[in-house]
Amino acid sequence: MKKLMLGNEALARGLYEAGCSFISSYPGTPSTEITEFAAKYPEIYAEWAPNEKVAMEAAFGACLAGKRSFCAMKHVGLNVAADPLFTISYTGVNAGMVICVADDPGMHSSQNEQDSRHYAIASKIPMLEPSDSAEALSFAKLAYELSEKFDTPVIVRTCTRIAHCQSLAEVSDRQEMPDRPYEKNIAKYIMMPGMAKKRHPVVEERTRLLTEWAETSPINRIEEGRDGSIGIITSSTCYDYVKEACEDKYPVLKLGMVNPLPVKLIKDFAAKVGEVIVVEELDGIIEEHCNNIGVRARGKELFGNIDELLPNKVAQCLGMTVREGENLDVTIPTRPPVMCAGCPHRGLYYVLKKNNLTVLGDIGCYTLGATAPLQAADTTICMGASVSGLHGFNKAGAAGLAGKTVAVIGDSTFMHSGITGLVNVAYNESASTVIILDNSTTGMTGHQQNPTTGFNLKGDPCTKIDLESLCRAVGIRRVRVVDPYDLEQCDKAIKEEVGCNEPSVIISRRPCALLKTVKHPGPISVESSKCIGCKACMKIGCPAISIVRKKAVIDQTQCVGCNVCTQLCRQNAIGGLK
Amino acid sequence: MTKNIMIVGVGGQGTLLASKLLGKLFLEKGHDVKVSEVHGMSQRGGSVVTYVRFGEKVHSPVIDKGQADIIVSFELLEAARYVDYLKHGGKLITNTQQINPMPVITGAMEYPENLLEKLQKLDIEVEGFDALSLAMQAGSVKAVNLALLGRLSRSLDFTEEQWLSAIETSVPEKFLDLNRKAFLLGRESQ
Repeated sequence: MKKLMLGNEALARGLYEAGCSFISSYPGTPSTEITEFAAKYPEIYAEWAPNEKVAMEAAFGACLAGKRSFCAMKHVGLNVAADPLFTISYTGVNAGMVICVADDPGMHSSQNEQDSRHYAIASKIPMLEPSDSAEALSFAKLAYELSEKFDTPVIVRTCTRIAHCQSLAEVSDRQEMPDRPYEKNIAKYIMMPGMAKKRHPVVEERTRLLTEWAETSPINRIEEGRDGSIGIITSSTCYDYVKEACEDKYPVLKLGMVNPLPVKLIKDFAAKVGEVIVVEELDGIIEEHCNNIGVRARGKELFGNIDELLPNKVAQCLGMTVREGENLDVTIPTRPPVMCAGCPHRGLYYVLKKNNLTVLGDIGCYTLGATAPLQAADTTICMGASVSGLHGFNKAGAAGLAGKTVAVIGDSTFMHSGITGLVNVAYNESASTVIILDNSTTGMTGHQQNPTTGFNLKGDPCTKIDLESLCRAVGIRRVRVVDPYDLEQCDKAIKEEVGCNEPSVIISRRPCALLKTVKHPGPISVESSKCIGCKACMKIGCPAISIVRKKAVIDQTQCVGCNVCTQLCRQNAIGGLK
Repeated sequence: MTKNIMIVGVGGQGTLLASKLLGKLFLEKGHDVKVSEVHGMSQRGGSVVTYVRFGEKVHSPVIDKGQADIIVSFELLEAARYVDYLKHGGKLITNTQQINPMPVITGAMEYPENLLEKLQKLDIEVEGFDALSLAMQAGSVKAVNLALLGRLSRSLDFTEEQWLSAIETSVPEKFLDLNRKAFLLGRESQ
C-alpha cells in the first residue's frame, strides 16, 4: 500500500519493517520526528537520551546485545557523538546498527551548515542518502542488511527537504529478527592499542569490499538521457532538482550511497558522456572524488558551496531558461521568529537587559532573546557552551566585566551538555552565575520530554531529575529558584547572585506557554484612557502588544495573561478585564 | 502537468493542517504528491511556507520563484513576500488580515500601505478577502485556515463532498462542526 509520508515517518517505517527494536536519540531539527514516529510502534523500544553521544553509545550497546538498533540526530549532534562513532567503526557491530544524521543546508533551524558526509569519510563508515520518502523507507531497511553483511554501523544522511517533505512510500509488514547472541570477543570490542591496530586493516578491507558493492548496487544507477553532451552525477534532493529541470534530457548517475563512492561506475559513466557535472549541496565531495580518480568533473564552480540548492538555480546552472516571477516594488519587513506571547523566557531576559549584563547564551528558543528589542544575549555557539564559556570568560577577568556576566541555558540543554561545564565552574571555582531556564520541556524542537520533566518519550511517568539537588551535588552552594513572570523577584536574585564572589545557579522556573497542560488566566487589555503611549510595555518584545494611534493595544487572540507587561506600566493602564 | 500550490503565513496560523488536507485530497485522486514544509525555529511567529505539488510525476519537493499556480496566503504581508513565486497569470488568494512582524512592532520598519491594491496591479489574479471574520463567524479565529481552504476549493477540481470528507478525516471530531462551517463560509464568500 502506498502512503503519503513525511521523510522522517518513512524512515521510521523502514526501521520498523527491518525489525529494529531499540532506538535512542536526542531531538534535533530536522531529525526529531523519526524517533517520535518510531516510538508509536509497540515493537520498538524508543527513548530520548540526554545527548547524542549517550544515544549512540546506547544504540551500540543494544546492537551488541543482539537487537537491531538505531539513533538519530541533527548534523551538529553528530559532532557530540563523534567520539563513539570513530571507534565503533573499528569494532563493527553484532546485530545491525543504523545512525541517521539530518543536515540542514540553508540553516532553516541550525547554527551552522556543516556537511556530514565528511564524517562518513573520516570514520570510514558507509553512508546512504535517500532522495524521497520511498527511498528513506527502503534505505533504512537496506542499511541494516549492509550493517550485518559488512559488520559496520551504517549512516543514513537526510536533509531538511527530505526529512520534512511528504511523498509517497510503499509500506509492508515488519520482519521480526531473531536475536544475535552476544559473544565475548575482546579482540573485536576492546579497542586498546594492540587490538585496535589489528582492527584498522579490517576497516580498510571493509571499505574495499563496500566500494566493490557500490559499483554494482542498484541504488547507484544510471538513467539514460537524450543528450550525452553532459552527464550529471548527483544524489539526495539535488537529484530531484536535476530531474525537475532536465527530465530525461541528460544522462544521470544517481548515487544512493555517498560513502564509499564507486570508481569504475563513475569512470564508465564519464566515458559515455561529454562533460561530467556534479550537482551536490554544500561541499564538493563527489566532485573531488571524481577528480581524484581521474575523471574531470565540474560542480562547485557552477553551484558554490553555500546555502541549499533550489530548482531554479540548478536549472540555470545547467543552461535551462527559468521563468521569472512578478516583481512587487515594495520593501517587505522581515518576519523573524520570536518568543511567543506568554513565553517565560521574556521576563527573565528583560531583567538581564535592564541590568546591562553580558549574557553567554545557548541553543534553544531563548536564542530568540538575542534580537530586538530584548537583545539580551551575547553569544550562541553550541549545546552547553554558555556554561563552560562563562567560566573561561570570568576566569580571564575582562576589565570592567567582573560581576556583570551570566550564562543562560535551557533545562534540556543543561542536561545535554551543561552539567560538565557546571562541574568545571564548581571545581575550578569561578564566580559564575548560571541561569537555568527551566520551562519543563524541550521547546524549540516541539515539546519533547527530557530527564527533568518526569516523563519519558512514550509519555509514561519516570524518574525526574531534580535540578536543585543536581546543582548542589556538583558543588554549587548557592542555588535558588525564581518565577520569570515576577520581575522584581528575578531582579533581586540576579543582582545578589552576580554580586557575590562564588559560583551560583538561578533556576528560572515556569513551563513553556505552549504546553497543553498549562492553563492561562486569559488575555488582559489596556485601559486606553490611562495609557500615555510611553512604550514601556514595548521593551519586552511581546508579539501581542503593539502601538495603535499612539496607545498600546494588546492582541486578544495572542495574549495569555502572563502580566509581565503589567509590571512595566507605571500608569497602571494594563491589566484588569477587557 | 504538475500543479504547484503554495501556502504561506505566520507560524502558528494553522498552515500545516491546510497542507495536510490538500495532500490527502490529491492522493485520493491518484496523483503523485509532494508536500514540503519547514518545522522548528520558523514556527515561532516567523514567516512560514508550505509547498504542495501534484501531477503525474513530481520531482522537486519545493516550488521556486515564478513556478506557483496558486498561492494561498494567511496574511497580507506574507502574500507580498512570496508573490514573486507566482507564475504570470497565477492566482493569489489572500486573507486581508494584517499581523505586524517584530521589526514593525519595534518601529524599526513600517508595514507597507495599500498592499492589496499594489498586488492587484500585477499580472496575476488576486482574490483578497477577510478570512478572519469568516472564521470568527464560524466560531473561532483558529478556523482561518479552513475559511481559506474553502475559498481555494473554488479554484480546484474537487466536489464539495470530497473536500468535506477530507476535512472529516483530518480534524478532531470536536472541532469538526467549526471547521466545516468555516470551510463553507470561505467557499461561498464574496
